[in-house]
Amino acid sequence: MSNYKKPVPIPSVESKPYWTGLKEGRLLIPKCGECGNFWFPPSLHCPHCNAANFSWEPSSGRGKVFSYVVFHRVYHPAFSEEVPYVVALIELEEGPRLISNLVEIKPDDVQCEMPVSVVFEKIANNMTLPKFRPAPLY
Amino acid sequence: MGKSMSKAYVLGTGMIPFGKFPDRTLADIGWPSLREAVLESGVPTSSIDAIYCGSALGGMMSGQRVAKAIGLSGMPIVNVENACSSSSSAIAQACNAIAAGKYDTVAVVGVEKLTKFGGGTLPLENEDWEVTQGMVMPALYAMRANRYMHEFGLTPKQLGEVSVKAHDHGALNPNAQIRKRVTIEEVMAARPVAGPFTLWHCCPTGDGSAALILASQKVAKKHKPAAVHVAASEVTSGKYTNGYRDMTVAELTVRGSHEAYEMAGIAPNDIDVAEIHDAFTIAELMYYEAFGWAKKGEAYQLLSSGATSLGGKIPVNPSGGLLSRGHPVGATGAAQAVEIVRQLEGRAGKHQVEGAKIGLTHATGGGIAGFDHGACSIHIFAK
Repeated sequence: MSNYKKPVPIPSVESKPYWTGLKEGRLLIPKCGECGNFWFPPSLHCPHCNAANFSWEPSSGRGKVFSYVVFHRVYHPAFSEEVPYVVALIELEEGPRLISNLVEIKPDDVQCEMPVSVVFEKIANNMTLPKFRPAPLY
Repeated sequence: MGKSMSKAYVLGTGMIPFGKFPDRTLADIGWPSLREAVLESGVPTSSIDAIYCGSALGGMMSGQRVAKAIGLSGMPIVNVENACSSSSSAIAQACNAIAAGKYDTVAVVGVEKLTKFGGGTLPLENEDWEVTQGMVMPALYAMRANRYMHEFGLTPKQLGEVSVKAHDHGALNPNAQIRKRVTIEEVMAARPVAGPFTLWHCCPTGDGSAALILASQKVAKKHKPAAVHVAASEVTSGKYTNGYRDMTVAELTVRGSHEAYEMAGIAPNDIDVAEIHDAFTIAELMYYEAFGWAKKGEAYQLLSSGATSLGGKIPVNPSGGLLSRGHPVGATGAAQAVEIVRQLEGRAGKHQVEGAKIGLTHATGGGIAGFDHGACSIHIFAK
């Protein structure tokens, strides 16, 4: 794992519980204690009602590909062996959207609205990334 | 700009041909446009009350650096950063100041030097969640394109026709960065960038500047009684959402255009010519719908009918747009305004839209997570 050359996320005050959850195999997203809104990316206030009272709730990990893009250009040298690769905008069942990669599928086979589920990819002792693979209809 | 406030008039325009000028400083890219606008206006430099300079990535004091090169200094100079809407937002500030009676004569300049970054995609703000994960502008627009194609059955080839039209126009414009036509076959066969986009689906990066002299009615009457006026000047920001958003609707432009039409007291079909923000091919189609020129999902039919080409009923981007004229980010809004004013004055040359009386400009941009875009500025000019 020490040969992982791609950029590694740096947890912030806002996102630390998110990365800790991933390390433990859970996809946690913030849920507002006042209005019940789920949101993403992490922040210390609900962007819907501005309440600071929130909890980290496990997402089902299920969602769909809202849209995607096939990267052909190498923006970072560690991706040079990987182009073309897919970056997808995943819409979770709970509502929030997040950017991720799709695995176990060829770029040409990706479609909008395709159901997907989360998989956890450990890239270093202290870091796990959420990725998504095609899922059967649920 | 409130409806009851007094209008701003355009007394002078200036612009340099857009291109790549790595050996020139930002100031040297900017001052020729400002000088041309000042000379064209006939206004003595001593009566310029203020300068608003739009630049997204020009660095501190861009306006002061440009203005001093032609001996303009001492008046208030305000630098405006609003991503791709920087200089259009600067025009809006100038219009507000004139409308409020604060100033009579205001210079606006938009300037950018993207070659200083050595090429590639625009550097975005690293504090943004999606940017830290590698999001780049072509990818953002490519996601919209894939979603639009999914929902409405648009094909990559049809999408590519936007680029063909843009370059047909740009080939006629001596100020365009890319002055050559491309065929649909060339668009399809070009190097892939961010699927579904090939290189010709993306605007080039480069350097450029454009400038305008705006004035109150009192000053306009003296220097240019028949001057084009600003019928609507509008700036808005994106609405943040952290969940579902319809990616095929440019919500920011929808709101902005409604406000601008209302300010000007006109309907979408009253527009004779428009310069809109076609940073990538899909954007032009989505904006046809946002501006009310096509129904949702039917933008391609408008394009293929020829309505938005020179000679059609609403020519869009006669200059070549961002795809062909070029997109030195902070200079784009001012360049669009220069183009539309010259169109309305009947001096656009080979890409003139005959008899144009009402024209629209639209610059929007800023890639940040949770927004359609960060900023949008729309202007309507009329004779």
